Amino acid sequence: MKRATRVRLASDAALFVVAGAFLLPLLWLVLSSLDADADLRVRLPSSPTTENFSAVLTDEITFTPMLNSLLLCGSATLLTVACAALAAYPLSRYRSRFSRPYLLTILFTTCLPITAIMVPVYGLFVQVNLVDTMYGTALFLATSQLPFSIWLMKNFMDGVPTVLEEAAWTDGASMIQTLTRIVLPLMGPGMTVVMIYTFIQLWGNFFVPFMLLLSPDQLPASVSIFTFFGNYGSVIYGQLAAFSILYSTPVLLLYILISRRLGGGFALGGAVKG
Amino acid sequence: MPAGGRERDERRGGRKPRPLRWLPLAPATVLLLLFLAGPIGYCVWIAFTNTQLTGSSTSDFVGLDNFRRAFADDNFRNAVWLTLVFTFVSSIVGQNTIGLALAGLMRAASRPVRTVTGAVVIAAWVLPEIVAAFLLYAFFRREGTLNAVLDWLHLPSQNWLFTLPILAVSFANVWRGTAFSMLIYSAALSEIPKDITEAAEVDGANGVRRLWHITLPMIRRSIGTNLMLNTLSTLSVFGLIWAMTRGGPGNRSQTLPVFMYDQAFLKSLIGYGTAVALLLLLVGALFSIVYIRLLKVEV
Repeated sequence: MKRATRVRLASDAALFVVAGAFLLPLLWLVLSSLDADADLRVRLPSSPTTENFSAVLTDEITFTPMLNSLLLCGSATLLTVACAALAAYPLSRYRSRFSRPYLLTILFTTCLPITAIMVPVYGLFVQVNLVDTMYGTALFLATSQLPFSIWLMKNFMDGVPTVLEEAAWTDGASMIQTLTRIVLPLMGPGMTVVMIYTFIQLWGNFFVPFMLLLSPDQLPASVSIFTFFGNYGSVIYGQLAAFSILYSTPVLLLYILISRRLGGGFALGGAVKG
Repeated sequence: MPAGGRERDERRGGRKPRPLRWLPLAPATVLLLLFLAGPIGYCVWIAFTNTQLTGSSTSDFVGLDNFRRAFADDNFRNAVWLTLVFTFVSSIVGQNTIGLALAGLMRAASRPVRTVTGAVVIAAWVLPEIVAAFLLYAFFRREGTLNAVLDWLHLPSQNWLFTLPILAVSFANVWRGTAFSMLIYSAALSEIPKDITEAAEVDGANGVRRLWHITLPMIRRSIGTNLMLNTLSTLSVFGLIWAMTRGGPGNRSQTLPVFMYDQAFLKSLIGYGTAVALLLLLVGALFSIVYIRLLKVEV
């Protein structure tokens, strides 16, 4: 056997083991969702059934929380992308004394642990009566993603040539017209990436809505799933697994959409050239 | 970084500045000031008061009392220690090393194995935090899959969430976060010129020496970046631990974010909880500054 083949086989075997270890918890999720009497172990269902899914497809368990998630994350994503696109334009196209400090501050805030400020945020929200409101929570969620979105958006915008803009400017187009009719359409893929990435981040966010929303009818899926299995003991694992799959599917699909477009290193959106 | 957009500026150099140009920054700036800078400022203020959720809603300035109290508090010291363990085990050792190993192995592996491994590891990363917590809770439970595997291998099983809770949540975090390191290192390794490694091979350097003397030095910056970002995200993990163990049993998996939440909301000591939050924020800020320095960002 040639040495190269040996190396390949050894690598395959090692990866196979690691992938197996990573796969086990995921496998449990899929198998349990199809098993009427699922417990905590990975095992093949004796008679695969979809009754777990039909059991959780009710307003209370699935539809209301998912709709809340969609409203919350959708509106926050749109707000973030709109503000980031506006902010990125002057940062990308003009230079002034304060644009560099502004950008460095933005980069600095991308790294701050948002978890740490949730206690004071809650305190402030109580003061200004924003606790337990969807729009207040959406505003905070949008802001938490804003620094990274501005950074990504600016990097994408830097890649758009300015020739067409020059023409528009000479024809007397306003800045907003130039941005919305020329620059943004040219950076469509970049916009899509920022939008989907933001949405994925928000969809999975647990701590912010957990802190800021209280009424059961306003909770997004990330928090409702927690209260659903938070009462250990009498959990119907199969149903929980089924609900988890329903809740996770949108982000998995969206990720596949952007990963095709970007290859591997998208995670940092070009912010890092290590 | 293309600076195409700046040409116009330079050509018009010497004209008077036009403040209207910066108007589009306004919405983002207002949001950031209201919802990010505001809370951070409020955080600094509250940390020096004795604000409580319940009872008398006074908040008096108490100076450094909260911080003194923290450093004298066994529970706080426990939280700092557990945060160090959690960060070291899950981010520095786990995610970083496994991510690098996976990225390296993938370059040598056959295509289908590479694709499948990548998909599985990335799926674990993309899943919402709470779903991941719930899956790993099931995995580590006494009657869960891990013990089933150990029984099958005739190894002793135990109730992981009770005996080694901090390790269980650390492994959970490794499961969830390794993909990120894998992606960074895959990108970094693909940028190493092939002729360098080939030359070393011809010179008879074995695998370990090649790794140590060639590969690692060449991806030095990626390692720094990755460690920094991993550590920062690990420092702020809350949902995963909260859903798996509630910081328990007792306080044996209570890292700083969980401790902060516990003090501020379950014990109603907002001032004290916020002081802990401020310490966490300072550590994060410090890392953040080092990271930006390390990157030598050109903006």
